[in-house]
Amino acid sequence: MHKPRLQLQASFDIAHLQYLDNQGKATQPLPEFATPDWLTHCYRQMQLARLVDDRAVKLQRTGRLGTYPSTLGQEAIGIATGNALDADDVYCPYYRETGALLERGVTIEEILAIWGGDERGQNFQHSPNDLPICIPIATQMLHAVGVAFALKQRHQQEGAPLQAAVASSGEGATSKGDFYEAMNLAGVWKLPVVFVVNNNQWAISVPRHGQTATQTIAQKAVAAGIPALQVDGNDIVAVAWAVRDALQRARSGEGPALIEAISYRLCDHTTADDASRYRSAEALEQAWQWEPIQRLDRHLREQGLWSDAKQQDLDRELAATMEAALGNWHARVPEPVTAMFDHLYAQLPEGLYEQYDQLRDEQQQGADA
Amino acid sequence: MGEQEKTITLVEAVTQALAFELAINPEVVVFGQDIGANGGVFRATDGLQERFGAARVLDTPLAETMIAGVAVGMATQGLRPVAEFQFMGFIYPGLDHILSHAARMRNRTRGRLSCPIVYRAPYGGGIHAPEHHSESTEAIFAHIPGLRVVVPSSPARAYGLLLASIRDPDPVLFLEPKRIYRAAKQPVPDDGEALPLDRAFVLREGHDLTLVAWGASVKETLEAAEQLSAGGIEAEVIDPATLKPLDIHTIIDSLEKTRRCVVVHEAARFGGLGAEIAAQIQEYAFDVLDAPVQRVTGYDTVMPYYQLEGAYLPGVERILAGAHNALEYSRSGPSSSRSESALNGGATQP
Ligand SMILES: Cc1ncc(C[n+]2csc(CCOP(=O)(O)OP(=O)(O)O)c2C)c(N)n1
Ligand SMILES: [Mg+2]
Repeated sequence: MHKPRLQLQASFDIAHLQYLDNQGKATQPLPEFATPDWLTHCYRQMQLARLVDDRAVKLQRTGRLGTYPSTLGQEAIGIATGNALDADDVYCPYYRETGALLERGVTIEEILAIWGGDERGQNFQHSPNDLPICIPIATQMLHAVGVAFALKQRHQQEGAPLQAAVASSGEGATSKGDFYEAMNLAGVWKLPVVFVVNNNQWAISVPRHGQTATQTIAQKAVAAGIPALQVDGNDIVAVAWAVRDALQRARSGEGPALIEAISYRLCDHTTADDASRYRSAEALEQAWQWEPIQRLDRHLREQGLWSDAKQQDLDRELAATMEAALGNWHARVPEPVTAMFDHLYAQLPEGLYEQYDQLRDEQQQGADA
Repeated sequence: MGEQEKTITLVEAVTQALAFELAINPEVVVFGQDIGANGGVFRATDGLQERFGAARVLDTPLAETMIAGVAVGMATQGLRPVAEFQFMGFIYPGLDHILSHAARMRNRTRGRLSCPIVYRAPYGGGIHAPEHHSESTEAIFAHIPGLRVVVPSSPARAYGLLLASIRDPDPVLFLEPKRIYRAAKQPVPDDGEALPLDRAFVLREGHDLTLVAWGASVKETLEAAEQLSAGGIEAEVIDPATLKPLDIHTIIDSLEKTRRCVVVHEAARFGGLGAEIAAQIQEYAFDVLDAPVQRVTGYDTVMPYYQLEGAYLPGVERILAGAHNALEYSRSGPSSSRSESALNGGATQP
């Protein structure tokens, strides 16, 4: 058979970044931002995220919370991402983001409200330009591109410093057209946007290899002409370096980037899921060996920055924080049912007054009965 | 007989119908997100991959445009794809393929190619689900020429109508009311007997009032009918089951007896199917009506998060209020069915 001669047109490399190995040992000198204070702050925040997740799952089990997606085992990604963002950057989170939201200043009460069926939880008090958590998969990536366009325009027209948008997602989301479309436009328009993909190996029951035949998720960015990096997602220093570097480049006008953070979903998909139906106990057991909190704990102890006494203090402090948040959450006054009309439009159109009145009257009759 | 008399839930009836058709028709392929080893997030495909193999029962990557679109290609070549959307709220990326291709292929090729696809999706509220998991947007799909929209309201109808939908030569959107997936059990013989599409079911006979409802709302509508009966009013309850095309004749036949009608649906009111049914009733039966057709529906709001979903969903009380509006209406009387204050602009501005 005839074999034509071919000329190589393009090739690519995907790099992987790690600072702390499984045992918490530094595999290379840590970057300057990774000071003892920063490391212990991240450690605290990861522990807090794990505690919030744990309590939320328990609240769901006792019928006091709706379906909840835990971040168990993936805390480093969210904390590193949330931490790397400036207050004026805009975050476009997906739903599995308890840690990142905490770093953005979203309160525990707000997070519980969202999953407790109360829209007020999305009214983030401390990050007013951030988008609400996004449930329709991958749609937030396009929104982030639009946000980045707006940030760039504001910079060019008003001389405001260039800020960046960050969209988070899972690896399953990278199968959707929205993901490719978002990266494509971000590349063409050279927009200040960073896509952070939590590759936790599962999209509900579908494993990574059932999602894509590609070797890495990171290389999907190559087709859009944007830089990509794969990082050890359970190494908070590596995730933080990658996000900070991508953000810094975005803010200096160098355009978008994709970060694939390799982790593992140690929990069920959500509280509505039972992962034992499709995932072996051995795989789970193995994944626990490289989870992010234990790794940082080992590193901090090795550096003499952590001790049992400090851990006890932290446990007490976090428990008190959690209790206070739960107290506030329980004390929230339920929204009046008519709230479903209050934010439909800037001003309720006259055509809806009758329905509004009907709902209010029904509620009143229910209360009187 | 033993096997045939198994008492099953609505979601089990879906599984039973899929299994029956997979067994007798090699052209049937079932696919969607998490439908294989996991058996679907509601377990509607439980055990099917094990039984029929991963070549016919397939997990797809996460992309609804893809799910809707590959079904079109498969169907044009003679396969019978049964594609699952995990929730109705996630169909929309697939709308392009459903609307622009599946529903038109036969027409565009003047009958040369067709799309015998079943798109399945759980729909509706009332299970304390997260955002986007509780909507009822059947009217968007019923508006699409060339598409059938089918909604079962009992295990037996789920079984019979799903079989009919898979065997139908045209595309069907099969919406499964998840609030009643496990609400009731019923013996459903696994005999492969389909129920007719495009036919309404009279679930309860009565001569005073006609109540029309489908999906999960049938439950509250039947309860309302029982309460009316205790007060001496006999309501006829009709489940159209196929929402598009609509069997208006069964409704008109009923109205010739009862002369009064209430349509109940969870979906938002504006442009909902209650409007279509009311319009057809006045076209075909204006003269028999003793009262304007009443609509008892969800509000024209975004489907709220679950704290407020109970206030949003039409319950027995609201259906009874609608029934009384229809029953107490008289042409000359003061109690116009639509609040006069609202029409006069007298409603309060919130
Ligand atoms: C468009 C859309 N389709 C389906 C779903 C249902 N769903 C919720 S999460 C999920 C899997 C997501 O997996 P991945 O992107 O890897 O994120 P992870 O949950 O693993 O963090 C699916 C299918 C959805 N929310 N949106
Ligand atoms: Mg995942």
